[in-house]
Amino acid sequence: MFYLKLSFRNAFRHPLRAVLTITGVAVAILAFGLLRTLVGLWYLGVETSSSTRLVTRSSISLVFSLPVSYRERIRQIPGVKEVSMMNWFGGIYVSEKNFFPNFAVEPKTFLALYPEFIVDEGEKKSFLNDRRGAAAGSKLAAKHGWKVGDRIVLKGTIFPGEWDFVLRAIYRGAQRSTDESQFFFHWDYLNESLRKTVPRRADQVGIYMVGVDTPEKAPEVAQAIDATFRNSLAETMSETEKAFQLSFVAMTEAIMIAIKIVSYVVIVIIMVVAANTMAMTARERIAEYATMKALGFRWSHVAVTVFAESLLIALLGGTIGVLLTFPAANLLEKELSQFFPVFIISTETIYFQFAAAALVGIVASVFPVYRASTINIAEGLRRVG
Amino acid sequence: MECSNSSAKGVEKSHVVELISVFKSYQRGSQIIPVLEDISFRIQEGDFLALMGPSGSGKSTLLNLIAGIDHADKGTILVNGVDISSLNESGLASWRSVNVGLIFQFYNLIPVLTAFENVELPLLLTGLSARRRKEQVETVLSLLNLSDRIDHFPSQLSGGQQQRVAIARAMVTDPAILVADEPTGDLDRTSAAEILSFMGRLVKEFGKTIIMVTHDPKAAENAHRIIHLEKGVLLNPGQQKI
Ligand SMILES: Nc1ncnc2c1ncn2[C@@H]1O[C@H](COP(=O)(O)OP(=O)(O)OP(=O)(O)O)[C@@H](O)[C@H]1O
Ligand SMILES: [Mg+2]
Repeated sequence: MFYLKLSFRNAFRHPLRAVLTITGVAVAILAFGLLRTLVGLWYLGVETSSSTRLVTRSSISLVFSLPVSYRERIRQIPGVKEVSMMNWFGGIYVSEKNFFPNFAVEPKTFLALYPEFIVDEGEKKSFLNDRRGAAAGSKLAAKHGWKVGDRIVLKGTIFPGEWDFVLRAIYRGAQRSTDESQFFFHWDYLNESLRKTVPRRADQVGIYMVGVDTPEKAPEVAQAIDATFRNSLAETMSETEKAFQLSFVAMTEAIMIAIKIVSYVVIVIIMVVAANTMAMTARERIAEYATMKALGFRWSHVAVTVFAESLLIALLGGTIGVLLTFPAANLLEKELSQFFPVFIISTETIYFQFAAAALVGIVASVFPVYRASTINIAEGLRRVG
Repeated sequence: MECSNSSAKGVEKSHVVELISVFKSYQRGSQIIPVLEDISFRIQEGDFLALMGPSGSGKSTLLNLIAGIDHADKGTILVNGVDISSLNESGLASWRSVNVGLIFQFYNLIPVLTAFENVELPLLLTGLSARRRKEQVETVLSLLNLSDRIDHFPSQLSGGQQQRVAIARAMVTDPAILVADEPTGDLDRTSAAEILSFMGRLVKEFGKTIIMVTHDPKAAENAHRIIHLEKGVLLNPGQQKI
């Protein structure tokens, strides 16, 4: 108890220095937490992917499409429960800065395959029944002030022209991590228009989403699908949704690794700064530590005092940093909603932040603890005055 | 406070400190600097000894040896019959905490602790209960007329008051000997006189043995005996009060 009291008072002996050090640690821990979260969110699609869904695409590349006729043939394969399909539409709403993902999907099978998109029964019905109907995530709808029944026009980029939709459903995510900023409409609507305008581009599907009975069957079914279309004009490549998502993430892996490294560098920097401050502090107090030892205190008593002081400062800064992470995350979620539809601080990240803060405190105390516990009393006492 | 001296052996006064042929040198690089050479003398219980000598003559070094803060190179130092040169680091630490009280020129109080807490410091190393510690600290502080300064921090006290707190800290564990390195060196005349009179009382009323280093002949006058150190050699080990 006494040593804690002494450490506490020592920690705030130079209030300005203490506040600056604590602020430094807080900012570092905040930055560390946000950077880690950023990296985590990048992999969120991978982590939240379903293990009972496969994605089948052209074996050449994602930009090549597959014939719509494959749908029935995939459905025949044993182990397949449901098949849906999707085309990346790439439409623009009013201006390019409003970017959000929009897809042409086969609505009925799509909603069946993706239970994480929760749609009200009535809205679901009217969405399915209206060929020009569309469904939007609640965040997206809120952002643009859309209500069910609103007319929404997207400007096509891949499929030129003005595309007219009626918002029929607004979906919510089953989890906090579900993306609520997407836009879906009827694949048939797109296809019929294409038949009239550019028939050559009609009856094409970007990817098939395949639901399987059990996760264990997934590899088997994927192989069976690809075998079915081997040596055809459009060979397929089927993989789990997780692998599919990973192939996207892999493209930006280097950037993510760089961000991760930066997050550690931030911690190392504050560690050095804190260590320097603590060393300076210990140097100033050599005479006091020598006095305590002269009075009969052991090196361990002195060491505990110095260690506790360092840990106290670091954990205080760490706690403030962690607390600041939440409002900062909320702010980022608002500002970066196009890139990161959800900005969630995981419990793991909070643990990591505290661990990093504790590490800063421990490392910063190493030198001063060593100095304080090994001082020669007679020499230490000479330093007074 | 209990001020009985555990080492008192009857009426006849014994030697509480005895140095036999003590040598001490410091090494600076490859150079060995002898600081104390062949020092032998004895101090009786209840003695008030002043140690004088020019700067650099080795007074502080000698005091540190007697207080068990530093190790001699050669020779024997007996305090209350214990050969402290044979004790190891942790043995010395426990020995110091009960047997010597230390008083310094610049008081060496811990700035973040109040007068009370500073005086309580040595008692934390004993097994005393908080209540007993409080009693003891308050008794010593009132003895030094500091009752109204109990919750003051060192920075809120005058030099003389700080030194009185330091004396309280030195005597709170009731050690047999007190060593003081220029205790009045940083004080004005009045405060110095006050401190010296307190030290005189400690010897007279409580039977303490005091070894005090001083530059000031006026201060030395309060002692029973003065010994002179010059270039590490004792000039008058046996000489009594002049
Ligand atoms: N740690 C050390 N390393 C090297 N030399 C030292 C060390 N400590 C003391 N000395 C030397 O030992 C000699 C005696 O020092 P000491 O402090 O005992 O003198 P002093 O008589 O107390 O002087 P003053 O009156 O100025 O306090 C000095 O020459 C000093 O330089
Ligand atoms: Mg000296």
